[in-house]
Amino acid sequence: MQSEGRHHTVAPATSESTPMRGTLIAIALIFFALFLLLPLVLVFTEALRAGLPGFIKAINEPDALAAIRLTLLVAAISVPANMVFGIAAAWAIAKYEFKGKSFVITLIDLPFSVSPVIAGLVYVLLFGAQGYFGGWLSNHNIEIIFALPGIVLATMFVTFPFVARELIPLMQEQGTGDEEAALSLGASGFKTFLYVTLPNVKWALLYGVLLCNARAMGEFGAVAVVSGKIRGFTNTMPLHVEILYNEYAFTAAFAVASLLAMLALLTLAVKALLEWRYGDQSAAGSGRH
Amino acid sequence: MRKQFDRYPALHGVSLDIRSGELIALLGPSGSGKTTLLRLIAGLEWPTTGSIFFGGDDASGMDVQERNVGFVFQSYALFKHMTVADNIGFGLRVRPRSSRPPTAEIRRRASALLDLVQLSGLENRFPAQLSGGQRQRVALARALAIEPRVLLLDEPFGALDAKVRRELRQWLRELHDKTGHTTVFVTHDQEEALELADRVVVMSQGRIEQVGTPDEIYDRPNSPFVFSFIGEASELPVTVANGRVSIDGQAIDLGAAGAADGPARLLMRPNGIDVVDERPGTIAGDVVAVRRSGGWRRVELLIGAGRHRVEVELPIDGAQALSERLHILPRHWQLYPSEAS
Repeated sequence: MQSEGRHHTVAPATSESTPMRGTLIAIALIFFALFLLLPLVLVFTEALRAGLPGFIKAINEPDALAAIRLTLLVAAISVPANMVFGIAAAWAIAKYEFKGKSFVITLIDLPFSVSPVIAGLVYVLLFGAQGYFGGWLSNHNIEIIFALPGIVLATMFVTFPFVARELIPLMQEQGTGDEEAALSLGASGFKTFLYVTLPNVKWALLYGVLLCNARAMGEFGAVAVVSGKIRGFTNTMPLHVEILYNEYAFTAAFAVASLLAMLALLTLAVKALLEWRYGDQSAAGSGRH
Repeated sequence: MRKQFDRYPALHGVSLDIRSGELIALLGPSGSGKTTLLRLIAGLEWPTTGSIFFGGDDASGMDVQERNVGFVFQSYALFKHMTVADNIGFGLRVRPRSSRPPTAEIRRRASALLDLVQLSGLENRFPAQLSGGQRQRVALARALAIEPRVLLLDEPFGALDAKVRRELRQWLRELHDKTGHTTVFVTHDQEEALELADRVVVMSQGRIEQVGTPDEIYDRPNSPFVFSFIGEASELPVTVANGRVSIDGQAIDLGAAGAADGPARLLMRPNGIDVVDERPGTIAGDVVAVRRSGGWRRVELLIGAGRHRVEVELPIDGAQALSERLHILPRHWQLYPSEAS
């Protein structure tokens, strides 16, 4: 009786039996291995099928290098742009009251709910040769679709929400007290932003930028529609992978894919590090207030 | 210093003079507009109409940076990523290069201010490592660092427990006497306002009800609202005729010469009522409850046909036998005509 009673007190709040718990954990682990781990391992084994020299040869090839350069360039333009936009939007939403605020918040999420292909098509419809501004653009020799501007636009659309979504809840929670304090102490608006607002949100901002960057480099659908997939010119890394794969150049396809995968793993690692730091800081901040 | 506001609906036609070097309390229930008034003075809000003067200068067009006010927020709003010293020096550090003191001087002034608020040696702590009372004092030091023309405190002790509150109250009074800053603080605690301030501004529903010294406010409240907000109060509906006060047709021994004839409200405090022997001119009431309250005994009476509740505070060692029926006569009381709400 006594041992039974003791057993009851240590039993967790959830009441599943031991075999049930084991089964649930096993199912979760099998799914994890099958759908997440196995593909990742396969990408790297396929990439290295022809050995390290084969891998290097596949990467060190003009079209592949052009794709890598383009991907980095697109990310270098769209991520800072979305960072600025994200901070501005979060600032406006968190610190001011205005009509249609909830509509704006919903609108920011639009890229999450719209298929990227549709986003690409909208840009083609607007700026393509037959599009609304197509005639005017070609008269002025401005290329947007099937060129870098189109790819950047499509990427920016898709990665629009990442920074803003990270910042809005945090800034709303923090309110305007710190900013008002800084202003009352004589700080200008810019100095208030630089010394007070930015340090308060820096970890969330970094986190958002990281996610934004990962998506910017990996985006396929929207970019595929607007890029025209011109080898060596408008091919980003994901597009290049697809082309190589369709041409049965499996080793080369997986070699480029493995670069993207490594990028993803690196992002995850930094994200985990940030979460650890950021979580630590916010716990110290709110816990003792 | 002179300020005039007219702000609807938070404040209606408010006008207030604050003298230089004064410690003044804005007292009122929540929603009375006291914080709005304070934020208007600071320049954190803009009046719809009306103007604000600091001394002879019209500050209405100045924004918060130019007004040079020291504002202490209810939540302290300390910058949590900065040390205590950096928090205090912030207002000096963000000045334009031409008027910014050198770093060593900023550091020295932060230390001096920490001494003033009795937190010496905590320069390198972060706000999260301080207690509530310490944070409050850092916030005050930070506001004082910019040598403000006015010090504005929004519910300065609101988030602290009763004991710390009492200590800080005394300390703030001493600090004010030492530094002589014109200080305005907002509170909903009448005890705090009466104890701390040179003058108290009682506010209600966006209007100033009464301005006066703590004695004036407590002893001669100009309205039933102020009377019952500033301390405990019981109320009886009475009638005034020819300077005589009566309840339910029974005359009460209160001289009310000069009071207007007609129905009136008699307000009194539990500690301003005497229990007397039965005689004409006293108020008779049925005892319904007796409670012990600290060193006092609280007696609850129901009076007259209207069964109006009146509380009386009696000394605990009073030998008075508490019969079921008591006769009382207010010692301190105020009469207000019934029309005025």
